[in-house]
Amino acid sequence: MFEAIVSGLNGLVSGFINLHWSNPVMIVVGCVLLYLGIKKDFEPLLLVPIGFGAILVNIPLTGLMEEEGFLKIIYDAGIATELFPLLIFIGIGAMTDFGPLLENPKIFLLGAAGQFGIFLTLILALALGFSKMDSVAIGIIGACDGPTAIYVTSKYAPHLLGAVSVAAYSYMSLVPVIQPPIMKLLTTKEEKMINMGVVKRSVSKTTKILFPLVVTVVGGLIAPRGLPLLGTIMLGNLMKECGVVSRLTKASENEIANIVTLLLGISIGATMDGRVFLKPQTLIVLALGFLAICLDTACGVLFGKVLKVLTGGKVNPLIGAAGISAYPMSARVVQREGQKYNPKNYLLMHAMGANTGGQVGSVMAAAVMLSVLKGMGVI
Amino acid sequence: MDNLTFGVTMVVVGMGGTLLTLWVLSILMNVLKNIFPYKREKEEGKSMA
Repeated sequence: MFEAIVSGLNGLVSGFINLHWSNPVMIVVGCVLLYLGIKKDFEPLLLVPIGFGAILVNIPLTGLMEEEGFLKIIYDAGIATELFPLLIFIGIGAMTDFGPLLENPKIFLLGAAGQFGIFLTLILALALGFSKMDSVAIGIIGACDGPTAIYVTSKYAPHLLGAVSVAAYSYMSLVPVIQPPIMKLLTTKEEKMINMGVVKRSVSKTTKILFPLVVTVVGGLIAPRGLPLLGTIMLGNLMKECGVVSRLTKASENEIANIVTLLLGISIGATMDGRVFLKPQTLIVLALGFLAICLDTACGVLFGKVLKVLTGGKVNPLIGAAGISAYPMSARVVQREGQKYNPKNYLLMHAMGANTGGQVGSVMAAAVMLSVLKGMGVI
Repeated sequence: MDNLTFGVTMVVVGMGGTLLTLWVLSILMNVLKNIFPYKREKEEGKSMA
């Protein structure tokens, strides 16, 4: 009987006995993510489930990420199959108004310039000894676009999924802190004061409906490997603009997006097992991701300066910083910075145009990247 | 394929391809805007309905 009692007690302390040093550290990391989400309001919809998932998976012997564990089932169903990021993209498309971009289509180019960081970081990651596909996954943090980063990483570098996702979402929420110093450094006072005038409403409903169709067909023909990403965001936008499927649009931007965000967050958190996550490699990934977003901002602003010259001084280079995909935070940062130097300057709608251009740009960059990799026979 | 070739190819073709695609899309959007111009009264009438 004594042995039975000892065995029973042993069952109660086995969790403590099997605790690896990295597990408590990751539980603290999970708590930090929860703190950032709850107290600091940094992307709470993602950081709260990710943080809690990280805590769950670092409690030993739970079997949550073993076969038939509930987190493993969610992961296999939505992340391994790439379904969750694509469903989220339908919601993003349904929420996004590409009107400001269509008012001034040349701003599309700022959305392309805002993706330079992806490719420059990829080269840097290769130079630091990461494998080709790891470098692609690290570079894609520069897309500043969570679902795109998750889609590419889960497919080609799943062991980096936790680090890449946390980096992508954390840095996106830190855009208001990361971007202003770079914008200040790269522009003169005169440039910051350039008034771009009021955005006139000049896009017909037909153009808005045709936009997602044209992007899907042209983008899909150029970069077919990225069509799932491009097609889903454009489907969501077509539903929004055509106006005849409001029930589907509302479901996409609310119920579906909310449920998938919860499942996506918790299953990403579940990849953050301390034994796998706590490596010097993770810190390098986080540092490179930060660099990618800085490079995106710098390249966007510099391209904005080029556009300023080409248009005879009509473009305020600050809006180039909004050429990343962090929508609409980045556009708001541009508006705030512009008004610091010229209180009568309303750059918001111009920056929104660049920002939505950045959304299409980030998806297009990932699509092009995947198609180039396929063309080279790497995937 | 060595890493240098891979990296340079990704930057040149990847970034170039992204820039080119978005440039083509911006031209197409301008064409669409010219074919289907915004007509204030008509559009606002539709939204009122």
